[in-house]
Amino acid sequence: MNVLLYLVPLALMLGLTGLIAFLWTLKSGQYDDLDGAALRILPDDDIGRTNEGA
Amino acid sequence: MGEIVDFSTFVERKTDGTAHMTLAVEGVGCAGCIRKIESGLNKLPGVVDARLNFTQRRLAVDWRDGEIDAARIVKALEGIGYRAHPFAPERAEADETRQAKWLLKCLAVAGFAAMNVMLLSISVWSGNVSDMTPETRDLFHWLSALIALPAAAYAGQPFFQSALRALRARHTNMDVPITIGVVLALGLSVYETATHADHVYFDSAIMLLFFLLCGRYLEQAMRRKTRLFAGNLASHKAEFAHRLDGKGELIHVPVAALQPNDQVLVRPGEVVPADGTIVDGASAIDESLVTGETTPRAVAAGAKVYAGSINFSGALTLQVSAAGSGTLVDEIERLLQKAIEAKSRTVRLADRAARLYAPVVHATAALTAIGWLIAGASFHDSIVIAIAVLIITCPCALALAVPVVQVVAAGQLFRSSVILNSGDAIERLAEVDTVIFDKTGTLTLPDPEVDAASIDPEMLERAARLALSSHHPLAVALARRARERAPYPGAVEEPGQGVRAGIDGQAARLGSASFCRTATGDAAAHESDASFIFFARGGETLRIPIRQSLRPDAVAVTQALAARGLDLIILSGDRPEAVGPVASRLGIGQWRASLTPAEKIEAIERLKSQGHRVLMVGDGLNDAPALAAAHVSLSPITAAHLTQAQADAVFLGDRLAPVLRAIAVARRARWLMKQNLALTVIYNALAVPIAIAGLVTPLIAAIAMSGSSILVTLNALRARLPIRGAEIGEMPMPAMSVPMVEPEAQTRGPVAPTAMELVS
Repeated sequence: MNVLLYLVPLALMLGLTGLIAFLWTLKSGQYDDLDGAALRILPDDDIGRTNEGA
Repeated sequence: MGEIVDFSTFVERKTDGTAHMTLAVEGVGCAGCIRKIESGLNKLPGVVDARLNFTQRRLAVDWRDGEIDAARIVKALEGIGYRAHPFAPERAEADETRQAKWLLKCLAVAGFAAMNVMLLSISVWSGNVSDMTPETRDLFHWLSALIALPAAAYAGQPFFQSALRALRARHTNMDVPITIGVVLALGLSVYETATHADHVYFDSAIMLLFFLLCGRYLEQAMRRKTRLFAGNLASHKAEFAHRLDGKGELIHVPVAALQPNDQVLVRPGEVVPADGTIVDGASAIDESLVTGETTPRAVAAGAKVYAGSINFSGALTLQVSAAGSGTLVDEIERLLQKAIEAKSRTVRLADRAARLYAPVVHATAALTAIGWLIAGASFHDSIVIAIAVLIITCPCALALAVPVVQVVAAGQLFRSSVILNSGDAIERLAEVDTVIFDKTGTLTLPDPEVDAASIDPEMLERAARLALSSHHPLAVALARRARERAPYPGAVEEPGQGVRAGIDGQAARLGSASFCRTATGDAAAHESDASFIFFARGGETLRIPIRQSLRPDAVAVTQALAARGLDLIILSGDRPEAVGPVASRLGIGQWRASLTPAEKIEAIERLKSQGHRVLMVGDGLNDAPALAAAHVSLSPITAAHLTQAQADAVFLGDRLAPVLRAIAVARRARWLMKQNLALTVIYNALAVPIAIAGLVTPLIAAIAMSGSSILVTLNALRARLPIRGAEIGEMPMPAMSVPMVEPEAQTRGPVAPTAMELVS
């Protein structure tokens, strides 16, 4: 059962990392415009630009 | 426009020399729009950053002050093809946004804790029936405590604070039993952990918080969405005024920026931007939005005019008076105050349930403890069982039962172009048995229309095309009929008279009877329900009637409402000759005309004292007190500002169908709320005896709690199913099918945008 001594803290640390990551995304405004985010990936004008650069 | 536009009230200047402005943008609907607007603006010299929030349909622009100004940015957007309206976000909106973030943080913490505590709890539950050593169990319990206690202290704040506030005000709400339940469950668990017991309730307490926060967040998100949408709408409606500065120069300013004693110029065809006294000029003004009266009133210097009236014939110079002054507005304000005070505070369904609930639950828990003590159980065991009763009855499902239905129903209404101002309007709408309509602007369309029944179409087309050159409201209504949108070259408008031009080599005139030199026989400018505009060309004269037309589906909707057993009444401020024909066309037997605001309230009070629940639908300033006095109220989006503020909900578009739809959705929502409350009662009836018998383990508590929450949520989702019998309301968003009206036709306010256009 000694395995618990590091597995449990590890599980907690992972969970905590997730929580902190969520709070960070919230703070940096990533949920302010959910519909916009879905649409912003659609225009592919940036592809042309990278091709020109290459 | 060659005039100066002043947006400075909306611009926020920062210390580093940049300025910031938020704009509500109309007509944004796809990915292409985002790019077009952002790249279009970012190309402008001086613009630092432009970012469109697609969800909110709002654009934030930063620019270096001096290199470009707000007016040029709005102009540039117009050039790209989008109408943008600068606005100052309301304080309440910022508060809501902060609140939403806080709730989301609490929800995240509760979610994290619930998952991790459950991870430990399930290990303990399975360990209890296999080979777990007491030491390992204790370790897991302590770990659970380590996670649950700080998490509950943080995530429980919305409930603890609300419960404290309620207790301080010496009444109780749903949050009081929640707080007691959570605190006792946590306290008991810590004690049990310290005494090496088998069962702890950390998971129940934290899961309870998680579910409740879900409900809270959803409810709050609904409120925020409607507020956001209302903010956008308000800015789209925001009108501009021509302010005269000291040197007699005209400055184009948003109405919000007007100050008392400012002088404003109101041209023919324009809407009076603010209450005030006329200092110069004479005209006839249409006060139908203010009083419901459709016949224009003649005004001259010294007369008081009210915001929302339409200036018909001559240019007026106005001295703006402080808000709410003037006899009519004073009277309405006074009636409004009285109506609001008299409005018996309706007790919401959920609060009523909560009031019943808390004493029953706490008494049951106390009796359980006493019962077990008498039966010979130890003090410790009796208390543990009593607390288990409290935990199992914690109003998890009860707190979700009503809000979730409300959220789903509000979403439904939103999709049918009805925007709620207050969340409990749904419950009140469902109880309605009498519907009172105002006539002008409510049953009829806000803009008058040409009655072309007996007019030669070719002549009408000529008259309509000539009308394109005039700003007179009647001419504007006529001009909407023109198929050829190009005005006649050389058309001259004679202020207060009409327009003249040469058409196909013959002189033609459009305007008043005298201007067109009509025979006096039918020269009357107004009849019972119509105003006339005259057209003369060659030897022919034409009298074109322009009247308030009914909303396209008014007949169908009133019939459907009557079929649902609702009493329909028309209370109008307009003359009987104008109200009668409308009532008979709609088949409404009960109608009264020429009512003052006070008489409207009186009529409503009489109905209320007879035990009727009244829905008032109205748009005029004169309806505002009646809207406040009624059990629940609706306004079209074209209504006066003060009136809209009083309405429980606002509907968009040209159709009346949202009224029917609102009642149908609300009735079903109320039925679902009652079902949900019944479900929670059944759940408690099953679970409480088990708890009293002392058989509840943390596992049973967890299953019962999540099971009942999921059940009521699923039941609430049934509010999304289509409703039979409300098909008139099932049409697509009304404004979608209406083509854009030419700018001249927008003197009465822009086309009602669809809900989807503003906030998806």
